[in-house]
Amino acid sequence: MTTPVKPGLVHPGREAVTRRGWLVAHKWLLLRRLSQGAILLLFLLGPWFGVWIIKGNLASSLLLDTVPLTDPYLLLQSIAAGHAPYKTALIGAGIVLAFYLLVGGRLFCAWVCPMNLVTDAAALLRRRLGLKGGRVPPAETRYWLLALTFVAALVTGSLAWEWVNPVSMLQRGLIFGFGLTWGIVLAIFLYDLLVAPRGWCGHLCPMGAFYALLGRLTPIRVAAERRESCNDCMDCFTVCPEPQVIRPALKGSGSRAIAHGDCTRCGRCVDVCGQNVFNFSLSINRRSVS
Amino acid sequence: MSNADTRGQTAPSSEARRRFLNGIAGAAGGACLLALGAGLYARQAAALPAEALRPPGALAEADFLAACIRCGLCVRDCPYNTLKLASPGDAVVGGTPYFTARTVPCEMCEDIPCVKACPTNALDHQLTDINKSKMGLAALVDHETCLNFLGLRCDVCYRVCPVIDKAITLEKQHNPRSDRHAMLLPTVHSEHCTGCGKCEKSCVLPIPAIKVLPTRLAQGKLPDHYRKGWEEKEKHGGSLIGEQVRMPVRGLEDAPPAASGSPASGSAGINSGWKP
Repeated sequence: MTTPVKPGLVHPGREAVTRRGWLVAHKWLLLRRLSQGAILLLFLLGPWFGVWIIKGNLASSLLLDTVPLTDPYLLLQSIAAGHAPYKTALIGAGIVLAFYLLVGGRLFCAWVCPMNLVTDAAALLRRRLGLKGGRVPPAETRYWLLALTFVAALVTGSLAWEWVNPVSMLQRGLIFGFGLTWGIVLAIFLYDLLVAPRGWCGHLCPMGAFYALLGRLTPIRVAAERRESCNDCMDCFTVCPEPQVIRPALKGSGSRAIAHGDCTRCGRCVDVCGQNVFNFSLSINRRSVS
Repeated sequence: MSNADTRGQTAPSSEARRRFLNGIAGAAGGACLLALGAGLYARQAAALPAEALRPPGALAEADFLAACIRCGLCVRDCPYNTLKLASPGDAVVGGTPYFTARTVPCEMCEDIPCVKACPTNALDHQLTDINKSKMGLAALVDHETCLNFLGLRCDVCYRVCPVIDKAITLEKQHNPRSDRHAMLLPTVHSEHCTGCGKCEKSCVLPIPAIKVLPTRLAQGKLPDHYRKGWEEKEKHGGSLIGEQVRMPVRGLEDAPPAASGSPASGSAGINSGWKP
């Protein structure tokens, strides 16, 4: 780029803050942080204070001593590794699957996954430092990786990906004890900061890819409801962890809802838009280019 | 490399097609590398250290690693904090449960809460009697330091064994050092040992002489074709090879013929009258 760096690329959302106030312009971000923190806290209430609301970790847990919850991606890997699923895990995975089919698969990435904090921090720092370029792997890599995690499970007869999966390592580390987990977390942070912008969550993570597949038909979507008032400030593209999902809804002529499975429903575009273009919508019948 | 947006064009040029194929190849290659790395790492890390024991009811290690989804529910439900969840850097596969007998042994809860907590059956729900669990196998590995082998009456491993007199018995032996005392040797019987680790935990030595090891390390195996003659004889109700010619033993020709039986019963030695 030959043009000087626009202020929006370093501090996106300035206009929204001046127009609507800091709190409103960070509403979804704050809610998201609250959700991520609350989920971890719920898991830690037991071991720290003896209040057992939920037990286990994000791989599988028991809510209020009755409701089993199991990560369907993990269960599928286990099946690929040759283990016949047990009823508790099946029920748990069914509940989680139904939930994410309803609210949007990658809602997990933005509202639950603790790795989101790490990669968001890397993205923020990258913007503030004005770091440019880098080598981003193709966005399809995560789907190849997703397929290969199942192949690896099949070939090795064990949950091969789970030996190195940074996402499950991090959440387990936070809930059960960290060990050397910080090393892999630091690696992801540095990778996102220095090598590939939004590289982990947006291009590599097979877990995100799995949840993206679940999110295609979800009725809860971010929509560019008032796209006519867009003034091309690019703030939404700057903050969006998956910028490719915005264009069809914002600039296209079809549906205004973002139907792409990659959308994490983080709502950051809703926050930063000075023109109030975006909002969350419930759109059951809206078909759109994906 | 970039994800070429070929959809926008009605007829993709050869340039765009090349970029697209390059992208795909790069993605596939990178993903292959990552998965291969993970697979190799998995294989290398799969060796469970001998000190690490799996919870009761755990499937055989290979099956266990396919079934356990690393949720830690068994760890949470263990009332004695015996079970630990391995974290990266431990020698045990990250996120899987294990315990170390010498640190905290399994208390063998009758309701087996860890097995009940397991959502995936990596801890087999068919295990309902804790006495039937096989977490490992105790072995008195060091005869040189075991106090009972030195002729003392320590007996601690025997006393603490939850399956006392079945999993560990004291076997009386002549003490050749004093030539007038007995040695009562703690002896593990694999049929009853659950591998709970209480013997290893309570061994009074600074380093235990009795240890619980994974069964694959602790137990030997006879070749399949071996038959024990005395068992076959009992099954058959008599010798399978007929009456044998009794050879006289030089110098003992007039010794009284003893009743035939097993070598252990009656007077032992060359004139016991034992016959195959």
